[in-house]
Amino acid sequence: MMNRLHPALRRILPQLITLVVVLGCNVLVFPDFFKIEMSNGRLYGSIIDILNRGAPVALLAIGMTLVIATKGIDLSVGAVMAICGAVAAAAVAGGSDVATAVVLALCAGIVCGLWNGFLVAVLNIQPIVATLILMVAGRGVAQLITEGVILTFTNEGLIFLGSGSLMALPMPFLIWLGFGVMTAIVVRKTALGLLIEAVGINLRASTLSGVRGNVLIVAVYAISGLCAATAGIIVAADIKGADANNAGLWLELDAILAVVIGGTSLLGGRFTLAGSLIGAMIIQSINTGILLSGFPPEFNLIIKAFIILVILIIQSPIVQSVLFAMRMPPDLSNDDAEPVEGGSARDRDASAQKEGMAP
Amino acid sequence: MLLQGRNITKNFPGALALDAVDFNLLPGEVHALLGENGAGKSTLVKCLTGAYRRDSGAIFLDNQPINPRSTLEAQDLGIGTVYQEVNLLPNLTVAENLFLGRQPRRLGLVSTRRMNAGAREILSGYGLKIDVSRELSSYSIAIQQIIAIARAVDLSGKVLILDEPTASLDATEVQMLFSIIRRLRDDGLGIIFISHFLDQVFEICDALTVLRNGRLVGTSKLADTSRLKLVNMMLGRSLEEEIHKEKDRTASVDPVQLQFKNFGRSGHIKAFDLDIRKREIVGVAGLLGSGRTETAEILFGAIGHDSGEALAEGKPLRLTSPRAAVAQGFAFCPEDRKRDGIVADLSVRENIILALQGQRGWLRALSKSEQTAIADGYIASLDIRTPDCEKPVGQLSGGNQQKVILARWLATNPRFLILDEPTRGIDVGAHAEIIRFIEALCDEGMSLLVISSELEELVDYSQRVIVLRDRAHVAELTGDAITTTNIIRAIASDGHEDKVSA
Repeated sequence: MMNRLHPALRRILPQLITLVVVLGCNVLVFPDFFKIEMSNGRLYGSIIDILNRGAPVALLAIGMTLVIATKGIDLSVGAVMAICGAVAAAAVAGGSDVATAVVLALCAGIVCGLWNGFLVAVLNIQPIVATLILMVAGRGVAQLITEGVILTFTNEGLIFLGSGSLMALPMPFLIWLGFGVMTAIVVRKTALGLLIEAVGINLRASTLSGVRGNVLIVAVYAISGLCAATAGIIVAADIKGADANNAGLWLELDAILAVVIGGTSLLGGRFTLAGSLIGAMIIQSINTGILLSGFPPEFNLIIKAFIILVILIIQSPIVQSVLFAMRMPPDLSNDDAEPVEGGSARDRDASAQKEGMAP
Repeated sequence: MLLQGRNITKNFPGALALDAVDFNLLPGEVHALLGENGAGKSTLVKCLTGAYRRDSGAIFLDNQPINPRSTLEAQDLGIGTVYQEVNLLPNLTVAENLFLGRQPRRLGLVSTRRMNAGAREILSGYGLKIDVSRELSSYSIAIQQIIAIARAVDLSGKVLILDEPTASLDATEVQMLFSIIRRLRDDGLGIIFISHFLDQVFEICDALTVLRNGRLVGTSKLADTSRLKLVNMMLGRSLEEEIHKEKDRTASVDPVQLQFKNFGRSGHIKAFDLDIRKREIVGVAGLLGSGRTETAEILFGAIGHDSGEALAEGKPLRLTSPRAAVAQGFAFCPEDRKRDGIVADLSVRENIILALQGQRGWLRALSKSEQTAIADGYIASLDIRTPDCEKPVGQLSGGNQQKVILARWLATNPRFLILDEPTRGIDVGAHAEIIRFIEALCDEGMSLLVISSELEELVDYSQRVIVLRDRAHVAELTGDAITTTNIIRAIASDGHEDKVSA
């Protein structure tokens, strides 16, 4: 039956099932979960709330997916959100119109991304360390922009991006959906997606094939910065102010989690944007479900961690292979291990270390 | 007999790495273990030291059967190993490295004073008077190497295995190391010396064993072995047999397509001149480490050149990166397919169109149907064995992976194709096919540079053969002078003759 599905759909089927199960659990703790009401020309309800509140993580997950596909990681996105929110707030507070403020904020995000890309691709610093620098420094930069206070604003245009609605749907949802669809079209209708995957799997072979691997790596960090900037604008617009200390705090971890739950390997290579967006919605459904269930708030983080643990255990290779073995007759896949003189460098180091060092 | 291996056999999935190899080491002997990459040297050493479990065969130490199950156990029995990249801890002191895991203790605490004294005593036996309380990394690789040897000898004391110990040493450091090896030999140790440097083998060794493709080619005393005979053993040819090619041997009469003048990079490959004609196959021969792969990489821009220029039909070419080289119609199938060639998780289709897509840029994507058409075309014409073009390339056999990489480059319609060991590690059938493709491509007008350690193969299809030694182009063979004997002579020669030609 599964084989009749479109391959792209088949790929994200586990994520869709997980989302349905999480939503089902939400109904159990909160019977009115699927109820949607219309008032003041806008839809209200828990589902709409999830789509709305999940916007920052969904946006970050788009950029994070591309970065992770190149075997990288971007820890700075939370801090970049704070910077860009601060830039937008400072711009409108200084009298700019909303378009200028948004463009400035987006440019700030791209600059942050180019900085990360420069460290990773040109200086060859490990991505986790390279982006850690901006993760730490970014909030400092944001504080300098806001001059240490929560910079509030009253610009209606900017506020609209965070809490307005269009065609009865909240703006943040429309923004992440539009951004996601656009990115998916760009990477899949051009060769960008394939080249990113090739670079993530084997940078050396790709470069030797004439692919500009380093340019691609800089580009994905820039896209990640752009996504973070968009998320930062939405968060600032939502609370009508730029909070350098708390905007986007720890959201980089939720974004990485969304990508992983979505089915993209942290080892790079094959990626799925749809999976990551569903992953972001799974995380937000859990957050919303816990709030609706009426558990005391001090349980929230524990329950969230537990649910995510269960999801990851089900997705883990060991459990997957057990489930696979139950469904299918044993498959003797061809073993393509080839003997290499001297083994791999790693084997050799390990064995050398052992025999040289132990008593 | 100090250490003896009898009929040692080791199977890896898909290949026999060691086929009933015998190995004998006498006390007070430096015994060279020689062979090209993949010959089985490391596998043999790993079987002897217990790092690998042998499938069959027996090992004797002092005529007692032993069966080490780990390198640790082998070390306790008396067999120590020192690797090329020193296997010590750079951030500990010299003394700590020498005594790690067996530090002298006093009242349960490590006695640094006694440890340092012990370390000084051990090292004085090697003529080394250094501050043993300094970090290991503050000393040169040569000193670290000696400290590693001192530790191994102190722990084991019967057999010392040196795996390419001189690879990163300069000439004076090599002499320092050799004087220590000689002293240890005179003390009665048996030493196994693995090296690619034939000069060093002739300088230090007493006996040698040559492996080729997992089989024992021969063991002999060094005194009975000429340089020529040794190269013959390593490359698997005997001097008597000689293949004369019946094929038309006339050199390509087509115009020179590419000229490389004084092209080189210090530290990688000495500057060389090379002209390549249209419709010509230039073979490149040389032992491992002679600069074969470096020649290919510098021509393709994978390592930048720091001298000379490249011309195509008289016009200068920019070859600063692989991408620039691809734009000039260059193509390169690298030696290490897994590391530099295939993108394992991508499908056969995606691997085949990768270079073409890279050349077109990301905006001008090939549609899925165009990609499938290109891939299916090459799957048919190169006879790539795969159920369909969507199978991940990492799951194909070596020969089929090589064909996929060849297809990747043919799709870009190159004028100059560089092949580095195109037939290594692939089965006999695919081997013959690849040679047929090489000849067919040349007939269609392509220029090819083929690097291979299979000399018969090179003799068979090359119109010219460049011979490399010690990272320099040392000879060029043309016409009837292209014979395996001449190639081997050029590789083995000490002299400085520049041309061996008819």
